[in-house]
Amino acid sequence: MKVVRGAIVVAMAALLVRAIDLNVIKREFLQDQGDARYLRTVSISAHRGMITDRNGEPLAVSTPVDSVWANPKLLVDQHDRFDELAKALEMPPAALAELIDKRADKEFVYLRRHVNPDLSATALALKLPGVAVQREYRRYYPTGEVFAHVLGFTNIDDVGQEGLELAYDDTLRGIPGSKRVIKDRLGRVVQNVESIAEPRPGATLRLSLDRRVQYLAYRELKAAVQAHKAKAATAVVLDVATGEIIAMVNQPSFNPNNREDLKSDRYRNRAVTDLFEPGSTMKPFTVAAALESGRFQPDTPIDTRPGTLKVGSNTVKDVHNYGAIDVARVIQKSSNVGAAMMALSLPDNGLWQLLRRVGFGNPSGSNFPGERSGYVVKPKRDIEIATLSFGYGVSVTALQLAQTYTVLAGDGAVRPVSFLSRSGPPAGVQALNPQVVKQVRQMMELVTQAGGTGTRAAVQGYRVAGKTGTVRKLSGGSYSDDAYLALFAGMAPASRPRLVMVVIVDEPRDGEYYGGQIAAPVFGHVMAGALRLLDIPPDDLPGYGRQMTAVVGEEGL
Amino acid sequence: MIGESPTPQITLAQRLHIDPPLLVSLLLLSGLGLVVLYSASGADLQMVEGQALRLGIAFATMFGVAQISPDTLRRWSPWLYGLGLIMLVAVLVMGEIGKGAQRWLDLGVLRFQPSELMKLAVPTATAAFLARMSLPPRFWPVVFTGLIFVIPAVLVAKQPDLGTALLVGSSGMFVLLFGGLRWRVIAAGALVAVPLIWLLWEFGMHDYQRRRVLTFLNPETDPLGAGYHIIQSTIAIGSGGMYGKGWLKGTQSHLEFLPERHTDFIFAVFGEEFGLMAVLLLLALYGFIVMRGLYIAANGQDTFSRLLAGSVIMTFFVYVFVNIGMVSGILPVVGVPLPLISRGGTSMVTLFAAFGILMSVQTHHRLIRS
Repeated sequence: MKVVRGAIVVAMAALLVRAIDLNVIKREFLQDQGDARYLRTVSISAHRGMITDRNGEPLAVSTPVDSVWANPKLLVDQHDRFDELAKALEMPPAALAELIDKRADKEFVYLRRHVNPDLSATALALKLPGVAVQREYRRYYPTGEVFAHVLGFTNIDDVGQEGLELAYDDTLRGIPGSKRVIKDRLGRVVQNVESIAEPRPGATLRLSLDRRVQYLAYRELKAAVQAHKAKAATAVVLDVATGEIIAMVNQPSFNPNNREDLKSDRYRNRAVTDLFEPGSTMKPFTVAAALESGRFQPDTPIDTRPGTLKVGSNTVKDVHNYGAIDVARVIQKSSNVGAAMMALSLPDNGLWQLLRRVGFGNPSGSNFPGERSGYVVKPKRDIEIATLSFGYGVSVTALQLAQTYTVLAGDGAVRPVSFLSRSGPPAGVQALNPQVVKQVRQMMELVTQAGGTGTRAAVQGYRVAGKTGTVRKLSGGSYSDDAYLALFAGMAPASRPRLVMVVIVDEPRDGEYYGGQIAAPVFGHVMAGALRLLDIPPDDLPGYGRQMTAVVGEEGL
Repeated sequence: MIGESPTPQITLAQRLHIDPPLLVSLLLLSGLGLVVLYSASGADLQMVEGQALRLGIAFATMFGVAQISPDTLRRWSPWLYGLGLIMLVAVLVMGEIGKGAQRWLDLGVLRFQPSELMKLAVPTATAAFLARMSLPPRFWPVVFTGLIFVIPAVLVAKQPDLGTALLVGSSGMFVLLFGGLRWRVIAAGALVAVPLIWLLWEFGMHDYQRRRVLTFLNPETDPLGAGYHIIQSTIAIGSGGMYGKGWLKGTQSHLEFLPERHTDFIFAVFGEEFGLMAVLLLLALYGFIVMRGLYIAANGQDTFSRLLAGSVIMTFFVYVFVNIGMVSGILPVVGVPLPLISRGGTSMVTLFAAFGILMSVQTHHRLIRS
């Protein structure tokens, strides 16, 4: 009896001690543990900032969508209701079952992402344990393939992957807020307790691009690619004063709103990633170097006879024998021999030094992801100087070429380019004498006038200065005989240029391949539209009537 | 001998075969149980009504059993025991499977758990047997008594229902203890018990039973599996603090983190919502019932009554101790409900039948002898 009483007392004491242990001594720990089991901090998604063009037109917007997810651990027991759920989610029941069964020991799996809120509401209404909905935002690009390369895109988690979405991800990305909620064991939110941080949506990014000019450039470029069965094409329009990019389009493009089964090479923004040799579009700089040396004037005679020039063991050729011409005609006719003769007469690698000053081989300052800066090989032999004078041995991107043309179009200063809207011109570095630049521009106007190689780049009512280029493509270490780049780089209005544009058509395949035949018309059409859209006054009064006949220009390589 | 009153006077309670202190404390606990169950079930009035109905049946059973004199019980005991044994075997042979365990015997109209009958038949039979021996018993009577309760306990464990087996076995063991054991017998028993426990561990236990013991020893090893019960229940109790979170306000139970919250783990709900003070009060109430039971046992009219009453009240105590010990994490998880509070059917009726036996022992004194 005593033993029994003693045992009872000991046992009761044990329970008592344990109760005090739990309720008093370990209380705080256990309470925290208890809270941790139902008080949860959940994040409130913040939408990504909008991207607009320079006039505030939306280019990329985030629309709310729902993502339905499940806790397979809880859902795996509900096999008999899978059909219902699959129907609500509009997915095959077998796929749903596989999704859950494969992860039966996990606690999270997305069932459907980015669905219409109606659909997620139907799924939630089934009240299945472990099925929940998460608010997300889906990126929508109203301009589709027109801005695809410039804007890039985000991944399904709303993080920038390409293009400006990637470059300005920090600006665009929203800061998710958080709130404390009470959740039951099945993960259902029972009650909102408090808001910890309000979600902060990402900032709006205003680009320098103009949606209207971009559309126009895209349309014309696409038409040219189709008409000439070209492989690819690029066009860039820059604001001369500010370095702002007004338009940048590429072919082929892609639909950023539906990227299923799409090859990744279409994502590439060729205007900043693809390097090419600028060919004859380089000649205005050769002429600028010649004028700066003081040894040449626009009317200095140059004898290009007999249309070939022997440089060491190599020979530089013109398409035709242009005879005795002056410096201005070298540009107008695009004489390789003339350009080479000028470059070879300059001391101290003068052309190469000028090219470096103007920005060849330097980054453009656009900050675009994957942008390349090209290179200029310092010429060591005469033949290298000669070929550099008509644009070989140097590589550029379309954006870079456009940027160097703004040096010719403006006051001779190099300015960084920008995808973002600017309030005024950025500080530039003087690279060329403004007087020389003006003379070069005047010579470049001859290109679009009768007898020039780029007459089809002309715009009625405006004076246009530019330069054609037809470049043999390098393939496997040697220059190809049948693969060309057709180029046109130019500016308008030539009296006081406001816009610079570069057009490159890669491997036209319908027989024509000269820059003046293929790239110049695109330039003409787009520039005409852009000048009007941007309210730039004409500088060529009607009646002065530029001849609009389609003269097929001849040009050097 | 007359019992507690100095003058031979038959009170109304005695005539009705009721022990008022026991009845009052039982009513108090049962009422409290309904209140806690309402919260634990998530304010399910239907469940509470069902429990109230079962309580009514249980109280009626108690009054009924209390009318049966200890002498009659003793005479019935071999028959009850034999019947129980046969049914246990029947369950094992043809019992239907419910919840992975064979516990029920389907008698067509009625489903019956023979192990419940054994909870009462074993101590009664053991007490009846031992009462005829000279006390303290010699070696062979001890062995024989041991067989009386070990055999049904093993059969119940085979079902497998470790919790009930423990209760059936200990009810017999208590009879033996109250009968008086020589120290050397206890020592010998301990010597036998150690290898026996090892054998049980190796061959007699199911994997899940072994796992339960292991997770008891270290619940953190399996926080999402078997250890989950214990972790959740200690959290629930501990987060109740001194005065609790208030009725219907327990977060762990209402948000469904607490498993088995209206049956075996109802104590955790109680602890979370009412706090330490209420836990102490609950322990005091149980303590009072146990003390009252022991008092009744000590004053039984003969050896059989004393042994039976002692065993019955100790079994009750084991219930309470094992359940609260399990829920608060000082004992392994065995499926034992908290008497008078947990939702339950048959086991509650059995429990009240046991209180009926206690009341019978208290009120059936052979007054003629005085």
